[in-house]
Amino acid sequence: MQFLNFKEGQFIDFLAFKRLAAIISGILILAGVASIVAHNGLKYGIDFRGGTNVQIQFSTPPNLDQLRNFFAENGMKNVVLQTFGDLADHEILLGLPINSPLGTGENLTSELRKILEPQHPKLEIRRIETIGPKVGDELKISAVKAILIALGLVLLYITIRFQWRQGVSAIVALLHDVLVVVGMFSILDKEFSLTVVAALLTVVGYSLNDTIVVFDRIRENQGKYRKKSFEETINLSITETLSRTLITSGTTLFVVLSLFLLGGEIIHDFAFALLVGVLIGTYSSIYVASPVAVVLTKLAPPAGTVPANT
Amino acid sequence: MDIKLKGSIILIVLFGALYYAFPTYRAYQPGVDPQTVDNKVNLGLDLQGGMYLDIEIQVDEAVKEILRRTALELEDLLIDEQVDFVEVRQATNSLILEMEPGKKVNLEIAPYDRFLEQFDMNVQDDLTYLKLKSGEAQLIRENSVSQALEVLRNRIDSLGISEPSLQKQGEDNIVIQLPGLKDRDRAIELIGPQAILQFQIVNNNATPSTYNRLTEVVKYEEVWDKITNKLISKRPYVLDKKILMTGEFIRDARVRIDSRDNRPYVALSFDSIGADRFAKITRRNVGRNMAIVLDDKVQSAPVIREAITGGEASISGQFTVEEADTLKIVLRSGSLPAPIEIREERTVGASLGEDSVDQGLKSLMIGSAIVLIFMIFYYRLAGVFAAAALIFNVLLIISVLGVFGATLTLPGMAGIVLTIGMAVDANVLIFQRIREEIKRTENPRAAIQEGFGKAFRTILDANVTTLFAALALLQFGTGPIKGFAVTLSVGIIASMFTAIVVTRFFFDFVYLRKTKLRSLSI
Repeated sequence: MQFLNFKEGQFIDFLAFKRLAAIISGILILAGVASIVAHNGLKYGIDFRGGTNVQIQFSTPPNLDQLRNFFAENGMKNVVLQTFGDLADHEILLGLPINSPLGTGENLTSELRKILEPQHPKLEIRRIETIGPKVGDELKISAVKAILIALGLVLLYITIRFQWRQGVSAIVALLHDVLVVVGMFSILDKEFSLTVVAALLTVVGYSLNDTIVVFDRIRENQGKYRKKSFEETINLSITETLSRTLITSGTTLFVVLSLFLLGGEIIHDFAFALLVGVLIGTYSSIYVASPVAVVLTKLAPPAGTVPANT
Repeated sequence: MDIKLKGSIILIVLFGALYYAFPTYRAYQPGVDPQTVDNKVNLGLDLQGGMYLDIEIQVDEAVKEILRRTALELEDLLIDEQVDFVEVRQATNSLILEMEPGKKVNLEIAPYDRFLEQFDMNVQDDLTYLKLKSGEAQLIRENSVSQALEVLRNRIDSLGISEPSLQKQGEDNIVIQLPGLKDRDRAIELIGPQAILQFQIVNNNATPSTYNRLTEVVKYEEVWDKITNKLISKRPYVLDKKILMTGEFIRDARVRIDSRDNRPYVALSFDSIGADRFAKITRRNVGRNMAIVLDDKVQSAPVIREAITGGEASISGQFTVEEADTLKIVLRSGSLPAPIEIREERTVGASLGEDSVDQGLKSLMIGSAIVLIFMIFYYRLAGVFAAAALIFNVLLIISVLGVFGATLTLPGMAGIVLTIGMAVDANVLIFQRIREEIKRTENPRAAIQEGFGKAFRTILDANVTTLFAALALLQFGTGPIKGFAVTLSVGIIASMFTAIVVTRFFFDFVYLRKTKLRSLSI
């Protein structure tokens, strides 16, 4: 079975759409950046901002307004309450600020029970996470470091294996992917947590995978068809690897979707970041990395070649 | 390479993988206690339930505490020797002894010379500077962390957790993992307090507004409402600054019930040195009140009616039985050399852990089923090869994690699921190449050779870069993210092996042995 069948040398003119692609990418990134600015920065999860999250399961559907009142009556006005996961699970996530009198206190669960049990005698405290202010800052630094390390290693590797032009194009594509996913989190008002950073780095690895497969083919085709223009070679290479790109994206999307739908609420945002990232990473290896490589080759042609007049 | 040799290598790896994956399978069968099985994949606390605590020992406080204690000792000694001095002040890493104008004391001779073991001395007129020797402060810090580890281990033992783990991390952190912990509040109660017990004499003639700041100090007794858990009042006590005795001489502590009011109290017994000292101080202070101070809070301040020579004392207060029990444990385990701060807590209930395992397994099963079915459907016999390689791949991941006794977290499970989606990529690259080559040369035998050969470099480049991303994640140290990075890295390496070696073997075995090869099922 085959769904894409090209004769040898036949190709789709992907680069013809590079302007349209640039506009689409521009809109995606600008929308994200605008949303981040409008929200005064990212909505950090407790990993980064510190604080306490408590996941509580009730036996009957919880009434958030009523619960908020209970907390207010007990002198706790700064709590954040939201339903967690499937409504049928009757779960809430309770967020306490970093200097909450409960926090890491030894009375946290007994206090919560005291406040909630009169109305909900059969509740279960399923998860408590507390991150102190120092750890939050350390994790922020770790996250930035991780992303820089990953990008640095990638740039180095591609420059060694290919050329600096490809290295830079790949990095541009990766930054594009990261910006779009981060922007999407801001637009949808989702929390930016440590697992999202992990997902981002995975997306970086994945998107790069795609980009490298295309670049590899470009390098091979440049040796094979010396008379073809650089752009033609790129189009041909993208076309030749298109089946592989779509199949791998497809299988990866299958598993990410199964994580997203079945993996549970705790890794829901993680799976969501992967979902967006795999889609955007596939797009960017075709429509961002390659066009940037074309532009760079025009601006700074490799020594010993004549710039293509296209 | 000879096909027989290749086949044998693969068989050996397969049996190795099965052998090392088996303990993990056995450990999580119903009715089996996972702890009795070695070389298995351990479940992270987010999957089996329990508590993860990252605490910081405030080591600088330990240095200050040593200075504070030394200052008191020196003052005591100077008073005993009837030396005319003004005071001993505490500064950063040093003490300053101020003498009365014109008076001198030589600290280089007995009984003072023992202070010079830890300190360098420098005399300027009436001021004597005692500075901690270089490296001494660092030594105190390091010792305080190992001491804290010891004390915390003792306290945690009383929780009855079967496999608690305490590890020093970095300079002054301790990571505590308590799998299967049920009562979260109790663990914090036990781990949290520094548990410094001090005995001080109460000055009933002074009030908090009229006390002598040089020789006295105010500490409070807190009265809590047991029903609402609210602080009702704080009763002040003016205490002699001098600490007569600390909890370091406690030999044993027990909870007893007072027969008069049925209230629990904690009975202490001192070792022989402690008993002597306690007898001495009680004899000297008959008729006065002695405050029993725990972590700077007055617990009780009974009147000393007569010298207590039996080496026994009791701490009564408004305890519940449980609180008295906690106090007993922390007093027995000794005090922490410095206060601690909880940097990070992650507590997961057992039922949530089970749910997470179920959900992780479900997404793993369904995700891989879809991928396998698709591969077989799309690449026919070659797809079957890929499917077999993929199952081999999962087996390899489990066995490698098992051999190293690695910990599987929820994100780690997600990493395995993700690997499955991405691992087929190597196979896809190879199969697409073979298809292209067949179209070009119409020679299946050459197509297999060329397909694997040309795809190899791409597979290597593509996977190495994904590994970079995983490596960058490893620097998060412990925690769930590391689990993800580990499974992802192992998965990527395993997938390169299965695609390049195992799938290749299937092709060689099925096709290349044929003398006449006309077509491939791909």
